[in-house]
Amino acid sequence: MKYYAEIINEKGTVAVDDTILVKDTVSSAGSHILEGYKPLFSAEAVERLQQKGFDIKGKTHVGEFSLDLVGEFSYYNEYDENESLKGAAAQLVKSGDVKYALGVDMNGSTRRAAALSGVNFLKPTYGTVSRYGIISCAASGEQLGVYANDADSISEIMSVIAGNDKKDGTSLLDTSYTYDTDLDLKGAKVGIVKELLDKACDSVKSEILAYTLSLKAKGVIVEEVSLDFFDTVNTAWQILMCAETCNNVSRYDGVKYGHRSENYRNIDELYVNSRSEGFNFLTKTTILYGSDVLSKTRYADCYDKALRIRRVVAEKMAELFESYDALITPVCSKNEYKAYDIKDAFTKVYEESVFTAIANLIGIPALASSNVQLLGKHFSESTLLSLSKMGERKGE
Amino acid sequence: MAYELVIGLETHVELNTESKIFCSCGGHSSPKEPNDCVCPACSGMPGMLPVMNKRVVELAATAGLMLNCEINRYTTFDKKNYYYPDLPCAYQITQLNHPICVNGLVKVKTAQGERDIRIKQIHMEEDAGKLVHGGNSSFVDFNRTSVPLIEIVTQPDFRSPEEVVTYLGKLKSMFKSTGISECEEGAMRCDVNISVREEGTEEFGVRTEIKNMASFEAIDRAIRYEAQRHMDALEFGTEELVQETRRFDDVTGKTSAMRNKETEADYRYFPDPNLMPIVIDDEWLEEIKKNKPVALDEKAEQYMAAGISDKEIAQLLSEHSAAKLLDDVVALGCNAKDAAAWILTDCAGILRKAGLKLKDLSITAEGLSYLIKMVQSGKLNRGGAKKTLIAVIEDGADPIRYCEENGLTVKVDDSMIEAVIDKAISANPQAVQDYKSGKEKALMAIFGACMKELKGKGDPQSIRATLLSKLKD
Ligand SMILES: [Zn+2]
Repeated sequence: MKYYAEIINEKGTVAVDDTILVKDTVSSAGSHILEGYKPLFSAEAVERLQQKGFDIKGKTHVGEFSLDLVGEFSYYNEYDENESLKGAAAQLVKSGDVKYALGVDMNGSTRRAAALSGVNFLKPTYGTVSRYGIISCAASGEQLGVYANDADSISEIMSVIAGNDKKDGTSLLDTSYTYDTDLDLKGAKVGIVKELLDKACDSVKSEILAYTLSLKAKGVIVEEVSLDFFDTVNTAWQILMCAETCNNVSRYDGVKYGHRSENYRNIDELYVNSRSEGFNFLTKTTILYGSDVLSKTRYADCYDKALRIRRVVAEKMAELFESYDALITPVCSKNEYKAYDIKDAFTKVYEESVFTAIANLIGIPALASSNVQLLGKHFSESTLLSLSKMGERKGE
Repeated sequence: MAYELVIGLETHVELNTESKIFCSCGGHSSPKEPNDCVCPACSGMPGMLPVMNKRVVELAATAGLMLNCEINRYTTFDKKNYYYPDLPCAYQITQLNHPICVNGLVKVKTAQGERDIRIKQIHMEEDAGKLVHGGNSSFVDFNRTSVPLIEIVTQPDFRSPEEVVTYLGKLKSMFKSTGISECEEGAMRCDVNISVREEGTEEFGVRTEIKNMASFEAIDRAIRYEAQRHMDALEFGTEELVQETRRFDDVTGKTSAMRNKETEADYRYFPDPNLMPIVIDDEWLEEIKKNKPVALDEKAEQYMAAGISDKEIAQLLSEHSAAKLLDDVVALGCNAKDAAAWILTDCAGILRKAGLKLKDLSITAEGLSYLIKMVQSGKLNRGGAKKTLIAVIEDGADPIRYCEENGLTVKVDDSMIEAVIDKAISANPQAVQDYKSGKEKALMAIFGACMKELKGKGDPQSIRATLLSKLKD
């Protein structure tokens, strides 16, 4: 596999996923349909980092529109048959090639990449980081976040990129946020979600248990908590995600920019052929599901129901977070994935998203720290980062 | 058999804003060339997000208030999906579930009498671009994408084409006179829903919809044709009526069914997650109400009371900028009737000679009121004022500076005015007595005597002030 889609500045310390726009640099979200697309402006997060003197090293490969597990289905990149799937940006951070990387968490691929590479990825609270300049798919739940090897580095980048942006109507009004990594959490209460832990393989389980032991040693109360709604949560998010993605990628039609089929006689053929050639099988599947759940006959049973589930789950979780400072879950069921056929991708991603979907559905922050996922209420990033730091082994 | 027409209207009106509805592109009302007023957002490039233009909300709510609507305090946007090359995102942002205005009412008066037309709702939406066909190719022009529109939907309350045309004329002059819309050619487009039933029955007949007509004349003809077609079908069984969408051909004067493909689309509406619901709180609504321009009827009455002629009123109501100039000049202390003549006779004459229209009049209210007052007080003669106006209109001169630099103003002798005032006081002892004993009205007799003697020279306000101070002594 290759890591960089394009190197911008060898001296840079930040890698940027190809779903995030950098002015005048080809940004294609891993898709043939956006081949050669050079944006006229940079994402707000990129802009803010550059203003603070952080240089962008380059654009990293992502799976087409970040719909896959960890970036295995890019039009511009390939995994060897026996290679482990790890994600380009996460690997660059792991190897020390860059200190930080930016990614868009839309359906968990960034968090899974962090888990499989053994680094951290923070998906912040929805609305805290501007979505201006990201190649948007699922607008109601996607959020730009940070990969790094430790909690302090994430905090460093977050304090630069978070805060209101007038160019994004979903951006919250606070102009800045603080990201503490050293909160005193003695006596804090953390719940391990039993149903999700049961879905993980033994090695993931034991890594999580080892982490909870280190928390207990530092005075954190850890107990098991039973929550039976994660499958419903996942289904609801997959419905919203497919629908919004279907809608957002419908602008890639071969008319204005990106790939246009050479084979057409009229506008309908231009649409159909450009899009048939330009999207991969996983994107097409997502589009079909998305169209279906929005259609007149299915809207009430699918899309509208998913919106109602979102509200109910948000209330339930808010209640739960009155008793717990954070929840612990796996990030994915296994700690290694091998290359596989794209026809199985939709199902595989669906299965793995049971761990990640809740953060996208209700906008809460989620921190993947190797195989451990920490979930907290809105704006609880400092708690999550501090908890994560308590598990960091010094001198490693 | 006697039949009754039942008609409902959906009218799209372009709002008169400086920038588009979800981006900051401006100049879209008079673009110089295709794709002149276009940015990454309104041309559908990835990474851009819609940002609500508050002015659109205010204008839409104002239109609603004028049509006696309730303003929904919670209003949301939805995405309507369809593919067409003039729609860069392949969806249109519109309002489905929570439109900004509901339940309005407009009275429409025709020769047959007055009828209440209920407004079902008004919603905000963005316009699409346009396709230009040439040779073997088609080109897209996005100048119009994201231009703000309101769609005004009535209940099926019209009973004749006359009522429809009267209603549309009323909307047009109402919006144009208040600056809500320029209502230029094509800026008002209509979909007409029409059915025919036997007079006296309650049940509606089969309904057809005629899409996208821009001229009142076409709408009138289309309704007449379509009504006749329905009646022939009912009376003579010429054809079986089906519920369908039709288009009107301006050349043949006939309507024809549109292909199913264009009408049976499932638009897959859903709430737009990029636009937060808009909450119009009490404070904002009060502000909108406060800034609401005076509606046409009220405005006409106001002008009539000021002695402005019917012809002038019609001119003012059809040109918002002229009406606004007049209102501003009046607010600066000028007489409305005089000011109207200055604008609609003097200025309009100069404009006409220069090949310009009333809306091109560029003089400021301050400049015009200065000229009017100078002439009134005899410090400037009419010829000088006209010369100044020509310089203002043709060369963009500043009226005050122009008068001064060209020595047009006449100095009025203050001591002469004082002498006139003294004379008026001593000639009206009874009035002076009455005024001093508290009869405020008596002042007018003395003041009138001064003005008569001065034959309009001098500034009335300063004359009045001098008179008052002399009476105090
Ligand atoms: Zn624009």
